Amino acid sequence: MSALLSLRNLWVEYGDKIIIENLSLDIEEGAFVSVVGPSGAGKSSFLRLILGQEAPARGEIRLDDTPLVPECGPDRGVVFQRYSVFPHLSALRNVMFGAECEEAPFSARLFGAARRKARDDAAEMLHAVGLGASMDSYPAQMSGGMQQRLAIAQALIKRPRILLLDEPFGALDPGIRADMHELITRLWRDYSLTIIMVTHDIREAFTLGTRVLALDKRRHDPHAPHRYGATVVYDIPLDKERSKVVYHSERITIDEVSNN
Amino acid sequence: MRWVNRQVGRSGRLFLGSAPILLLVFVYLILAVQRHEANPADKILPLPSAMVHSMAALILEPDKLSGQLVFWADTLASLQRLGLGLGIATLMALAVGLVIGILPPVRATLGPLVTGIAVIPPIALLPILFIALGLGETAKVALIVIGIAPVMIRDVAGHVNALPRELIIKAQTLGASSWQVILRVALPQAMPRLIQAIRLALGPAWVFLISAEAIASDQGLGYRIFLVRRYLSMDVILPYVAWIALLAIAMDFALVFLSRRAFPWAHGEGH
Repeated sequence: MSALLSLRNLWVEYGDKIIIENLSLDIEEGAFVSVVGPSGAGKSSFLRLILGQEAPARGEIRLDDTPLVPECGPDRGVVFQRYSVFPHLSALRNVMFGAECEEAPFSARLFGAARRKARDDAAEMLHAVGLGASMDSYPAQMSGGMQQRLAIAQALIKRPRILLLDEPFGALDPGIRADMHELITRLWRDYSLTIIMVTHDIREAFTLGTRVLALDKRRHDPHAPHRYGATVVYDIPLDKERSKVVYHSERITIDEVSNN
Repeated sequence: MRWVNRQVGRSGRLFLGSAPILLLVFVYLILAVQRHEANPADKILPLPSAMVHSMAALILEPDKLSGQLVFWADTLASLQRLGLGLGIATLMALAVGLVIGILPPVRATLGPLVTGIAVIPPIALLPILFIALGLGETAKVALIVIGIAPVMIRDVAGHVNALPRELIIKAQTLGASSWQVILRVALPQAMPRLIQAIRLALGPAWVFLISAEAIASDQGLGYRIFLVRRYLSMDVILPYVAWIALLAIAMDFALVFLSRRAFPWAHGEGH
């Protein structure tokens, strides 16, 4: 069986600056991959590649064994650290956006039975992320944590093959962050998601992930630091089975991971 | 207490805001009275009584030649030109600004043209407009459109172009096509900015309107002001200028109200 997402010999270059060099990787269906690394190690470029926002200079990306078009599509959902929800739409309309685009190519609005169905689906998804009480609020009226919940609901309603998270909890305070960890773990389990999450927080990476990737430069030329790019320097599978993962905010630590 | 921290209450704002205006009126009255003591036939600083008298004739009595109430006919003619000019410019700003802002190929194609037109002083084009379009209404409306549309287009395009990239990406991951991104993401978020652009364009629009009317017209607020200038009729010019100011303020208020009403999310309020 081949992997869900397979990256082969990827290079990302801007002019003579090399960001990612020779990165090869397979990601299995159902994995929760955390990506860590120092600033400037190409974490964001890595995510943009998979998202299709950017094309590699060389190399190939295959999703479900089909070459990936360098353009964003509904098979890959995304949650950014900020600006992930539409400020001009209420929470409910934000989540209905996906259905409206799919079913009404010209007007991007639904009416009658189709609208009621989209509404019900959206409401159910909002309940699943704990926003059942704020369906008619606008993002500006929500806290940072609620906005990220909304962004997750909005992405999940399209049932993406892969959910990409770009430092999704980076701007939240610690208490809210723990709640969000619990939420994303539950959603990952309940909806059988494949998640790739870029994070600055090593602890978060190990707590949530089933596999941790560390991106960094293998070599360093002090006279031309930009000539070497980053690649996967550590690829650490964590022994977690989806069915057994229960989130305990204090118990899962790096030390408990046996195969580290 | 530091001055930067001194908040002014509602009644305080009313008092402070009206003080300089009342002071200006007071100074005017004193100067006018002084001049009239020296020369009772003075026309340069007319007394309020003279203004009321001349304006009453324009507002209430039909003109002997045309049979129209001159003041209202002027107001209507000017507002019609202004409204048409603003309306056309707004539609252009919305349609062109939106696609320039969101579609890179259109930006590459039309961006330099819009910038080029925007840097031409519109008044320099007025002779061309009069030659090409005649001396009628079209040329006047066209001057307003050419004067304000490029700036409005650039403003809307700049705003749309500066929308967070994340929002455009997010819409695409939710399955949106280019058209749907324009319709559902860029357009609604450009609307409050468009109203802002109209507010800022109101000032220049009046300038171009008055200029066009001053040069070739037979009706309009600007025409009247430049006509009675020949007789030093400050008793008509001053009320007309005040009336123009009042109209401009009313339009500005209406636009602010509309924006808050229609796009509460853009004003950080509950709704």
